[in-house]
Amino acid sequence: MADILQLQKLSTQVRRDIVRMVHAVSSGHPGGSLGCTDFLVALYNGVMTHNPKNFTMDGKNEDLFFLSNGHISPVYYSVLARCGYFPVEELKTFRRLNTRLQGHPTTHDHLPGVRIASGSLGQGMSVAIGAALTKKLNKDNSIIYSLHGDGELQEGQIWEAALYASANKVDNYIATIDYNGRQIDGDVENVLSLGNLKAKFEAFGWQVIETEKGNDMASVIEGLAKAKTFIGKGKPIMNIMKTEMGAGVDYMMGTHKWHGSAPNDEQLAKALGQLEETLGDY
Amino acid sequence: MKKYTYTEKKDTRSGFGAGLQQLGQTNPNVVALCADLIGSLKMDAFKAENPDRFFQVGIAEANMIGIAAGLTIGGKIPFTGTFANFSTGRVYDQIRQSVAYSGKNVKICASHAGLTLGEDGATHQILEDIGLMKMLPHMCVINPCDYNQTKAATIAIADYEGPVYLRFGRPTVPNFTPADQKFEIGKAVMLNEGTDVTIIATGHLVWKAIEAGEKLTEQGISAEIINIHTIKPLDNEAILKSIAKTKCVVTAEEHQMNGGLGDSVAQLLSRHTPTPQEFVAVDDSFGESGTPDELMTKYKLDTIDILNAVHKVIKRK
Repeated sequence: MADILQLQKLSTQVRRDIVRMVHAVSSGHPGGSLGCTDFLVALYNGVMTHNPKNFTMDGKNEDLFFLSNGHISPVYYSVLARCGYFPVEELKTFRRLNTRLQGHPTTHDHLPGVRIASGSLGQGMSVAIGAALTKKLNKDNSIIYSLHGDGELQEGQIWEAALYASANKVDNYIATIDYNGRQIDGDVENVLSLGNLKAKFEAFGWQVIETEKGNDMASVIEGLAKAKTFIGKGKPIMNIMKTEMGAGVDYMMGTHKWHGSAPNDEQLAKALGQLEETLGDY
Repeated sequence: MKKYTYTEKKDTRSGFGAGLQQLGQTNPNVVALCADLIGSLKMDAFKAENPDRFFQVGIAEANMIGIAAGLTIGGKIPFTGTFANFSTGRVYDQIRQSVAYSGKNVKICASHAGLTLGEDGATHQILEDIGLMKMLPHMCVINPCDYNQTKAATIAIADYEGPVYLRFGRPTVPNFTPADQKFEIGKAVMLNEGTDVTIIATGHLVWKAIEAGEKLTEQGISAEIINIHTIKPLDNEAILKSIAKTKCVVTAEEHQMNGGLGDSVAQLLSRHTPTPQEFVAVDDSFGESGTPDELMTKYKLDTIDILNAVHKVIKRK
């Protein structure tokens, strides 16, 4: 595990990448990307055992991650590139014609690091469970991770998957919810309340842990470490992680408005002013 | 007319079950999933012999498709089993994104397709599934005609890398194809060479096409009969070669006219050799409760309907 300071520096750079990427094409989803930056940076830089230099679809003897809320592709691409799956320079091509960095992630163009297409919500938990079952069949003790938006939990397939995972003791799997409380049309509470999310997953038979500060690197790492202690204990593991949509850019926080909007030139400058260039822009 | 005989009638779904059982014994990477229809899909034997490789997912088809996609990551070859309606329409977006667009090696195996599901009625009688599946880029679509061919197809698709939709049904139909006939994906089977008309049939309509061919012989009409078990990729060469000879075609299928085999043939011919074509298919309608035979008669998917279509199309030459 890299030290916290290094990870924080990487997070700041990833955040710069995110706002620059969406600005460059005037489209994309910065809000959720910024909110999940600390989680993905931690996951790919110390938490997961994986092999960025030699990507294989099967990923045998590697931990695997599935992004179910595919719209936060900017953070996913930046983190993958910055840990070596593909050249950082390629971030320039995000959402442009002929790119491997499609608006929503896909395996279609063979981008290293991506193992499933996502974007249409609610599908990633089922896929992650399937991958977890294959790990068990292959006697591979690696761990499967997935990330889901909170609004995404409104999709019914999630609950089909949640039911299956506990009934079948899929205990080599840690799902995380990006619990930022916001979705396109407003607050999740007002669009379609999730009620008591912890109680719901517990009632579905999951081991639930809560990460209260999903934008604090130490807390994120601590949460994932705690989640890992429940691996192999007969239950799927749910990490409900509270985050701030738009974290790191002041004017993008406290609102749902930056879910899927790109900053203009002036707004970009303001955002970059708040995010130190730590590892060099692409 | 070449003579076709059979010793017994069998259901195509049992051909699937037998093929899957054989795969269980020969291919350790094959796994199977079912959404609470093990008996209907004839997956009992595979489950009994390979409990670790069988996944009962309950009545949750969307989750089943997603899990199947995930199972491929690490080298498994998942076969999903449920009714055709729940294998396609209910889970279209899951198949589209997690399987087809993601290029996953999932075999979607669908029973009780079409009107011959019978008494359960229109909610279960999907007649749009071939269309839905063939529209997906790179999806292979297979609709075999009898028990032996379904068994052979099931075994063959395990060796094919990529998503496949395998469609079969509930009723017993003449089991006439040779048990040892090799199943070649994308390759038409010439059942009878003829000169006056080409009949291209798929699935349960293949036997009816043979019956029609026999009657046509009595009437002095020489019918070329082709069994298209793979609707996508279509055997363009076999069809164009036949049409060059007969100059007219009848397509026959237990499916909507929109989106079915007939559509695919019409598209091919309009691009290469515009040719008079008649369609034996369901004409923009849902089905209803009834016996399979009653339904095939009412919705004009019977031997007589193929004969009528042949007479009509020959006049249009």
